[in-house]
Amino acid sequence: MDKLHPLQWLSRGLKPLLFLACLLPLLLLLWDAFHHSLGANPVEEIIHRTGLWALRLLLLTLAITPLRRLTGWNQLIRLRRMLGLYSFFYALLHFLAYGWLEHTFRLPLILQDVVEHPYVALGFSSFLLLVPLAATSTNRMIRLLGGRRWQRLHRLVYLCALGATLHYLWLVKVDTRAPLLYLALLALLLVARMPLFWSGAPVSRIFQRAGK
Amino acid sequence: MLIKQPDDIKPSEITDRKLYLTRRDFLRRAGLAAGGLSLTAAGATLFTASDAGSRLPPTQAEGEKIYQGLVSGPYSSKEKTTDYGDATDYCNFYEFGTDKRDPALNAGQLKTQPWSVRVEGECDRPGLYPLEELLRPHALQERIYRLRCVEAWSMVIPWVGFSLGKALGRFQPNSRAKYVEFTTLHDPQQMPGQKRNLLAWPYREGLRIDEAMHPLATLAVGMYGEILPNQNGAPLRLVVPWKYGFKSIKSIVGIRFTPTQPQTSWHRLQPEEYGFYANVNPAVSHPRWSQQRERRIGEWSKRETQPFNGYAAQVAPLYQGMDLNRFI
Repeated sequence: MDKLHPLQWLSRGLKPLLFLACLLPLLLLLWDAFHHSLGANPVEEIIHRTGLWALRLLLLTLAITPLRRLTGWNQLIRLRRMLGLYSFFYALLHFLAYGWLEHTFRLPLILQDVVEHPYVALGFSSFLLLVPLAATSTNRMIRLLGGRRWQRLHRLVYLCALGATLHYLWLVKVDTRAPLLYLALLALLLVARMPLFWSGAPVSRIFQRAGK
Repeated sequence: MLIKQPDDIKPSEITDRKLYLTRRDFLRRAGLAAGGLSLTAAGATLFTASDAGSRLPPTQAEGEKIYQGLVSGPYSSKEKTTDYGDATDYCNFYEFGTDKRDPALNAGQLKTQPWSVRVEGECDRPGLYPLEELLRPHALQERIYRLRCVEAWSMVIPWVGFSLGKALGRFQPNSRAKYVEFTTLHDPQQMPGQKRNLLAWPYREGLRIDEAMHPLATLAVGMYGEILPNQNGAPLRLVVPWKYGFKSIKSIVGIRFTPTQPQTSWHRLQPEEYGFYANVNPAVSHPRWSQQRERRIGEWSKRETQPFNGYAAQVAPLYQGMDLNRFI
């Protein structure tokens, strides 16, 4: 058994742990559904919860790069794809729940809803933008597209995140505290990507040794 | 404009002695409950049980219905009523918070006894009316009506109440009374949601006087045979079943007859989304919710929304000649 730094243990265990953690919202939803504890309007609850987790995980995905720079712990990058795919997974559940429970998958009804309600259109297009990103997330696709092109394509994620957050903000009636908080977080994450924000070396190098 | 004069009380509408006594009983219980316990359904049933000398812990199943054997009100529905738990747990009452469950959690501290309603404006009998005084001449009825929220969900609620028009008639509105405005209690201590400026507090709603005089327009003091739970608008609320739910103002402390259309809370905030009339109308889409269909709470599939929430036969004549796409 080779000697591993505690942080190396952490970085090895982190991914499977996070994988399970990301499943928790779904398990909780199923648990509540099974126990009839989704409240008076379970459809609304299912749609809201899956949508909220899609957004949370998307923001978490966007937090990886700034976090990596902040801590210098490059191992974090290994988590990014999984978080992104989980965000897509919850967005898919959100979309399926909406399409099925709200419109019983009747396309004319869905299209009418999209056309008449800008917030639905925003959410719908954000979801559509996520599809190519999820589809090109494999190593093979990265090789096939070439790193640069792949990266350019995946910059769509910023648009998705903005669209999803505004989708949330727009559907809330008057109490906009929660969606505005998400919007502020998104703004922070975007600002944290600007080159001038990172003129120097990483703020902390403590994680670097362990990460190597 | 012709003002409908209040009818004399018909013999058939006189409350029988037993019911009358139980109603007084309810007021006493409401006072006790407000003094210590939250006036939730559990609170109300607790006192019912303890009055009867029962030592059983209060549960929903033990709940004694305070209002029993009520005469059915006009156009009462035969549809399956919404589950009591859902109707009392899933509420829009921003005075107690914006989450659907907030009112059920936060409304316990509302003191509903003593309660009075200030009547003012274009009428011959303005004044401060104690709730008991306001209720005294009216026979309570069971009025089972559909409730359609602008958020595209609906319920069927067995209200306990009486005709709004008859109540208003007693204040003798004069010929300048074209509208009637209602006001909810404004007390941020009891209604913590009012500490934030989400809506222009106090909450205000209004009706055209002919709408208010319509037999379907109801003042409710109870539901499911019990006192109104606080989160559902205790001790006195409006029920206007052909309009979106936000018109049915809760915990009323003010009634004012006005010559002009009152400034109502939601309309003031977002006039393009919330009209003064707010009649349930599947043909007029709301920027957030399609109004063509609705989800009846307790059902998975959606159902078609009916014009005037299914009360078109009764209320459509009120709007003859009006462009309902414009007067939303």
